[in-house]
Amino acid sequence: MAAEGVATGAATAHLTMVQAINQALDQALAQDERVVVFGEDVGVMGGVFRATDGLQAKHGAERVYDTPLAESGIVGYAVGLALAGMRPVAEVQFAGFLYPALDQVLSHVGRYRHRTRGRYTVPLVVRAAYGGGVHTPEQHADSPEALLAHAPGVKVVVPSSPARAKGLLLAAIDDPDPVFFLEAIKLYRSSREAVPAEPYRLELGRARVAREGDALTLVCWGGMVEVCLQAADVAAREGVELEVVDLETLVPLDEETVLASVRKTGRAVVVHEAARTGGFGAEVAARIAEGALFHLLAPVARVAGWDAPYPPFTSVEHHYRPDAARVLAAVREALLT
Amino acid sequence: MEGTVRYVSEDGRPLAELPFGEAELLRGYRAMRRARLFDERAVTLQRQGRLGVYPLFRGQEAAQVGAALALGPSDWLVPTYRDTAAAITHGLPLATALLYWRAHPAGWSFPEGVRVLPFYVPIATQLPHAVGVAHAGRLRGEPWVVLAFVGDGGTSEGDAHEALNFASVFSAPVVFVVQNNGWAISVPTERQMRNTRIADRAPGYGIAGVRVDGNDLVAVWDVVRQAVDRARAGEGPTLVEAVTYRLAPHTTSDDPSRYRDEAEAGERERAEPVARLRALLEARGAWSEEREEALVEELRAEFDAAVAEADAAPEPTPESIVEQVYAEPGPDQRRAWEALRGG
Ligand SMILES: Cc1ncc(C[n+]2csc(CCOP(=O)(O)OP(=O)(O)O)c2C)c(N)n1
Repeated sequence: MAAEGVATGAATAHLTMVQAINQALDQALAQDERVVVFGEDVGVMGGVFRATDGLQAKHGAERVYDTPLAESGIVGYAVGLALAGMRPVAEVQFAGFLYPALDQVLSHVGRYRHRTRGRYTVPLVVRAAYGGGVHTPEQHADSPEALLAHAPGVKVVVPSSPARAKGLLLAAIDDPDPVFFLEAIKLYRSSREAVPAEPYRLELGRARVAREGDALTLVCWGGMVEVCLQAADVAAREGVELEVVDLETLVPLDEETVLASVRKTGRAVVVHEAARTGGFGAEVAARIAEGALFHLLAPVARVAGWDAPYPPFTSVEHHYRPDAARVLAAVREALLT
Repeated sequence: MEGTVRYVSEDGRPLAELPFGEAELLRGYRAMRRARLFDERAVTLQRQGRLGVYPLFRGQEAAQVGAALALGPSDWLVPTYRDTAAAITHGLPLATALLYWRAHPAGWSFPEGVRVLPFYVPIATQLPHAVGVAHAGRLRGEPWVVLAFVGDGGTSEGDAHEALNFASVFSAPVVFVVQNNGWAISVPTERQMRNTRIADRAPGYGIAGVRVDGNDLVAVWDVVRQAVDRARAGEGPTLVEAVTYRLAPHTTSDDPSRYRDEAEAGERERAEPVARLRALLEARGAWSEEREEALVEELRAEFDAAVAEADAAPEPTPESIVEQVYAEPGPDQRRAWEALRGG
């Protein structure tokens, strides 16, 4: 996959997404002494996914450290650090364990700037592994992006590749507002990509066209980008060119890129792995209805998880998480209209 | 009140050698009297429709003012909604406090240099922030100490535990003051917890704990001052339980007669903190009716000036709803801003 927008020319290495994230954290720690990295098991062990591997040894236990096992405490403590001038980067092991911290997210993280009329801000980053496809136990595969996106005042970023992840994470750490950075577990090690060695930042709040096409727009983010690109490959063999729009940032949403694509193709399918009802796909579908209804040749369709908790049952998990076949079935239906 | 630090009896007699000289005692009395006047006048303003719902603190002046007096200007105060007395003692201008309780945007931005975080409505959720601010001071090499308040009811919230544990593990320079005022709205402390001696929890966290008579300004000030000193010296957090009583209703919208025997409140007036310190000062010949009248007159003038200042704040615009959501408004905020400006 081409890493468009990513600086080229300098030395690159072929990295997995988790390695790219590790490199971003390493460079953020080196560039800005206000950055601290903490969470459950991030210090000595380097995080359950090794995203913080080696960082404590390199930057010291004052800057990279373990916290007690308490998500509300982690996020609430990060709020305090941020408003006292630090740049905290907290890790929550699995987004399904963000729920104890949602109180902090909804009550404080998203409100501080507004509540103090800009006097205090909380430029924090919370990284959390999300999503399925790797046969995890119960509650380790949840995709709570819609819960976060519904809290005004926070930003929600979901990278889809190693090079994108690095640039977006460095931008998130610099951002003056709180950013939730959701990393698809499925993508952590599934592929490698050329990642420039020097630090670089990608703009938040921009969707990107990951593949151009004219027949239909697939809107997706994070772990579903890979799935949608697979579906587009299959369709292309049948002569149907699908456009894939990777939102990357859910909040603030780059509606224009989505609408421009749908106005061109006339058809849209939104794909996500969270449950369908009230999922972020509903927001995208509503925006398309508001902004491009008269360009539509077919109803906007959604391919999503079912309205049930994400199943931890290995042999049926793939029925829950959208795959290329389900995406293509929705595409066919839309194209028949 | 066994095992409870107290320097001054309910009728104003010294019970031990006082840790403060006369100038400090007078400063403490003035700050408490100023807080009381704020509370009394705030209720009047609320009744006139010139203030929104307001959480009263009458009876808790010593706990709040005593603790706040123990801070230096670089130290932080992390209050609950009830801690206006502490906030104005730590430097929050009266006009800002009034605008805050008037729910006016101009009151929601505390002035630069006044290290008071906003009054928090969700119970106990600010306590982890206090630990973060404290730890940030350590990381930045700034020796500030953080004073955080919580109510007896608030100690039931999970965040109170998480904050105490974080503070303990990080040995963070935080002083937690629990104002045990006997009630969490209608729920008495005994219904909130089995062991109502809240300071007893401190050893469970491996930190210092002190129970203090929260209506004794001298005792609260001294206990918190020592805790602040220990925190600044790197000796970690302290849990202070200030045993006090909320003489007033929970808020201006509350009717305590539905749940509380109001004879109890009448009975508790005896132990209230302002009269207690005044009696002590009078017995030493350091205070008089005349001086009291002069002080009250001065404080009234200060309050009236603050009301005038608050009244002069321009009406908030509808657009203020979507201002300051993000550093840079996104497309959705911009759209809302246009709609609000046009409508
Ligand atoms: C998370 C949360 N739950 C419930 C409330 C509603 N509420 C406001 S004050 C209060 C009681 C608080 O009692 P306590 O902590 O003892 O403080 P006090 O009001 O007595 O000072 C409750 C239940 C709230 N503000 N926040």
